[in-house]
Amino acid sequence: MKQFGGPVLFLDRSDINTDEIIPAKYLTEITKEDLKPYILEDLKLPGFDPKGEKTSAARVIVSRSNFGCGSSREHAPWVFEVNDVTAVVAESFARIFRQNMFNCGMAAIELPKEKIDALFAYAGHADVAMSLDIAAQSLTVSGGGKSESFSFEISPFDKALVLAGGWVDYADTKY
Amino acid sequence: MGKTTAEKIFASHLVDEPFPGTKVLKLDVVMCHEITTPIAIADLMARGKDRVFDTSRIKAVVDHVTPSKDTKTATQAKMLRDWARRHNIKDFFDIGANGVCHALFPEKGYIRPGYTVIMGDSHTCTHGAFGAFAAGIGTTDLEVGILKGVCAFREPKTIRFNLNGTLPKGVYAKDVILYLIGQVGVNGATDRVMEFRGPVVDAMTMESRMTLSNMAIEAGGTSGICMPDMVTVEYLWPFIQNDYASKEAALADFAQWRSDDDAEYDKIIDFDLSNLEPTVTFGYKPDQVKPISEIAGTPVDQVYLGSCTNGRLEDLRIAARILKGRKIDTSVRAILSPATPKIYQEALHEGLIDIFMEAGFCVTNPTCGACLGMSNGVLAEGEVCASTTNRNFMGRMGKGGMVHLMSPATSAATAIEGKIADPRKYL
Repeated sequence: MKQFGGPVLFLDRSDINTDEIIPAKYLTEITKEDLKPYILEDLKLPGFDPKGEKTSAARVIVSRSNFGCGSSREHAPWVFEVNDVTAVVAESFARIFRQNMFNCGMAAIELPKEKIDALFAYAGHADVAMSLDIAAQSLTVSGGGKSESFSFEISPFDKALVLAGGWVDYADTKY
Repeated sequence: MGKTTAEKIFASHLVDEPFPGTKVLKLDVVMCHEITTPIAIADLMARGKDRVFDTSRIKAVVDHVTPSKDTKTATQAKMLRDWARRHNIKDFFDIGANGVCHALFPEKGYIRPGYTVIMGDSHTCTHGAFGAFAAGIGTTDLEVGILKGVCAFREPKTIRFNLNGTLPKGVYAKDVILYLIGQVGVNGATDRVMEFRGPVVDAMTMESRMTLSNMAIEAGGTSGICMPDMVTVEYLWPFIQNDYASKEAALADFAQWRSDDDAEYDKIIDFDLSNLEPTVTFGYKPDQVKPISEIAGTPVDQVYLGSCTNGRLEDLRIAARILKGRKIDTSVRAILSPATPKIYQEALHEGLIDIFMEAGFCVTNPTCGACLGMSNGVLAEGEVCASTTNRNFMGRMGKGGMVHLMSPATSAATAIEGKIADPRKYL
């Protein structure tokens, strides 16, 4: 099964919406690759620079609750995908965004608040990284000479979508 | 144990349950627009699967940017147009016949109680006003919907909102839904169906119910469902009169989709709306709402009246009644975008368009326009818009712009004063 992981980008706010992830004016692009420069362009957070090194290095995003609320635009998962961010870990997700992630064979992982808090404790370290094992339903975060592992819940359907590489391939063989 | 509307629809449309709690449903209608569909089309072509499951169950419209504003948007429209022609999709609406999807498709009579509906647009929940299960989905779900006529959902849990009392004068469906979102929060109904019940909903027109259901997604809701009744029958009658011997027969048939009295809910919340005030958002989230008494006087640069939330004839009539014989303030500019050509035409015949234009409104063609900052009416940095749309995210209507969501009545009063104003004094 596909392994997810790498450097982590911490976005310390709830309700980060799809307009902040990819503004509507870029929805006129008709290839996923063309979205690449606009990742998180309209997100205003203290210390966050959408064009900065931390953003370009990120492979995993950690955030708070109701991540991806708003529009149904799959451009939001796609702009992550083309920037090699293939997993988002948050307290909760908006339904459409979460399903779009799994439908694309990516991961939207929910953890309870105390575990998200524990992940945010790593935010100060320059070398923070995470690995995720969807099959084993566990993730490991490391940084500043420390490391911790957490287990997570994921629906069997969403796991199957990641395994199949996404919903189109899954549905095409079954329906 | 009885069932909710959503549970009844899920049971009747079940194709597969690949895992406990995941239901794959047969789709009655798959709707498409030119922003989220072209990539689905391109991907299906790349996979050698340029097919559609049923030409009669697919409806398509160019609505987000129309007329096209540049080469890219023209290409998106062309991709949808060429695809519709290639597959003989007759219910395709192009410029001259096109309107905002969630206003146009109900107006054409495409929705029935008990239907399953998906579209690559988050406000697809609007169609739940007819007692249907209608959900916004992404492009991959849309692609599978187009190809196979199915979509997967988690088992639906329903929150029942009992809307009791009588709405006071000057208070409308938009105020109700803004208030409800304020009460439950922007993720208060995530993974839930919002069921709107009670005397306030019973007294609403279909237009008002669509406004209510339209914003279910702003509380995180999968769908916003109203119970089908005689109001639903009357609205759909032109489209169903050959299917039923009488309106009473249609009503009896539709009743099968009403939630049972002993249905089990995830939660039941009671509201008395008899003292509700006109309600307006103040921040960058739809749950940040204030009664008009606390926000009146806030200056705005632009007023926008339109969108899938509030661009219907009823909305135009309400606003026109306030604007009649008055002028918009010189400090503000105002835009009206009737949601469909039919609404535009009826507004013309009723003299509403004259009222808007004499008041100083710019009237555009039916389009999603400024709602999501893609088309005509975008704000400049630092500008503020009083809007009848459904989202007030930071920069939504243009980078650096701010939006206050409100009813058509409040937007009309605001246009007159150039600052957020109480509509009740003009009624």
